[in-house]
Amino acid sequence: MKAIITVVGKDTVGIFAKVSNFIADHNVNIDGVSQTVLDDTFCMIMSVDVAKCTIPFGEFAESIKEAGERNGLAIHAMHEDIFNSMHRI
Amino acid sequence: MIEIKTEDILETIGMIENENLDIRTITMGISLLDCADSDPKKACDKIYEKIVRKAENLVKTGEDIEREYGIPIINKRVSVTPISMLLAASGGDPLLYAKTLERAVDTIGVNFLGGYSALVQKGFAKGDEALIRSIPEALDITDHICSSVNIGSTKTGINMDAVKLMGQIVKEAADITAYKDCIGPAKLVVFCNAPEDNPFMAGAFHGPGEPDCVINVGVSGPGVVRSALTKIPDANITEVAEMVKRTAFKITRVGQLVANEASRRLDVPFGIVDLSLAPTPAVGDSVAYILEEMGLEQCGAHGTTACLALLNDAVKKGGVMASSSVGGLSGAFIPVSEDAGMIKAARSGCLKIEKLEAMTAVCSVGLDMIVIPGDTTPEVISAIIADEAAIGMVNSKTTAVRVIPAVGKNVGDELSFGGLLGSGPVMPINTASPEKFISRGGRIPAPLQSLKN
Repeated sequence: MKAIITVVGKDTVGIFAKVSNFIADHNVNIDGVSQTVLDDTFCMIMSVDVAKCTIPFGEFAESIKEAGERNGLAIHAMHEDIFNSMHRI
Repeated sequence: MIEIKTEDILETIGMIENENLDIRTITMGISLLDCADSDPKKACDKIYEKIVRKAENLVKTGEDIEREYGIPIINKRVSVTPISMLLAASGGDPLLYAKTLERAVDTIGVNFLGGYSALVQKGFAKGDEALIRSIPEALDITDHICSSVNIGSTKTGINMDAVKLMGQIVKEAADITAYKDCIGPAKLVVFCNAPEDNPFMAGAFHGPGEPDCVINVGVSGPGVVRSALTKIPDANITEVAEMVKRTAFKITRVGQLVANEASRRLDVPFGIVDLSLAPTPAVGDSVAYILEEMGLEQCGAHGTTACLALLNDAVKKGGVMASSSVGGLSGAFIPVSEDAGMIKAARSGCLKIEKLEAMTAVCSVGLDMIVIPGDTTPEVISAIIADEAAIGMVNSKTTAVRVIPAVGKNVGDELSFGGLLGSGPVMPINTASPEKFISRGGRIPAPLQSLKN
């Protein structure tokens, strides 16, 4: 199953590393990354494969969100079908 | 590689985070026809067993989908066969059924259960009148059970005996629950042309033509529509309609996705998506503010009906292509106490009940969640019901009345229910007596529109 992870927050050293480590720790594979910094705001979108995730995806989404909050980042991990259904016919 | 455009991803997240996009409800419709028994106690045991068996995983499934897709699913609900039909077959005290339903709700943990209902558009069958007369007490002794009565339709005309009775029942429901802010009538809808697959409360029930068990989903998202319109402040009205349509399409696609997923996980067939703009009291989740965004100083101004007609139609046009099966009420809701913009307009006196009545001719529901003075007579309530039913009957659309007589309160006072039901000011109504008209009884014959064959 594919998911989309978005990370938005104030730009600081090591955001990318922290998020990637968290993802790797859960055996989630990164398929693609798009990342920019706009006016001091860090914005990253990742496409990931969660087929071999060590925990159920719902739990993963919750725990990455909480980890983001602890670091002042808004992180969403969502099943990619919600974007496909909304933006593709 | 990321195949979805960045702006599309951010738009979806913005809709959920900032514009209150949510799935309002996953409603499981359950037929109770096979629960009939010559012994009412056994019938109730079967009802309890069937609801719990069918819906035991409904709440958990809803929560799982919510987590995985990142879309809030506000309510998980159950609708059942109108209990008057069970009462006709099995007899007994109607309140026994109400208590059974409440017990089932406690076990499965859903937010509401609808179907303490009767369909009497052409007359009372066995069980109907007993059920209707028990509604006030049933709404008092339960917290999660919703009730509805269909008193008219385009095909049958309007049952004026039922209209008369329902005026009394609404009033009694308010009196008996006066100690808890008159919550009774907030859980009671009087319909004309009631849809049999509506997932929204308080009017949800599982019609006799429905399958054994089905999943219906109600989407919401007035905030998303309003936000889309703020991006085109100078567009002409054709472009406004186009924007509403596109936004409704996106919202409904999410509803369809959730419906398919819930249906698959619960192994229950998918029924319909109800693509309604259902407001909540949260600022930013208001249908009234959409109308104001179109260019009205305040909801209730002249022009409100035209704006609402446009909105209702564009929502359907956008939604219908996004779903494999559209049903329920589908359109824009205008429940006063549940909509921050409507509450404000009602408080300021800009939005009056007569304007709301006109609006019901072009939206998907009727006079909804309107707080009226506590001393309103049952005959006036019946007459409000008759007027609404006439609009529905003639226009071949669903109309409904959910008014709340605020016991001990008058114009200028407020009534607060909390939660999704919100709060509202007591609105002034015309008190000239319709008593003679209501006391006549009988039936308003079906209009010519009914003769389509």
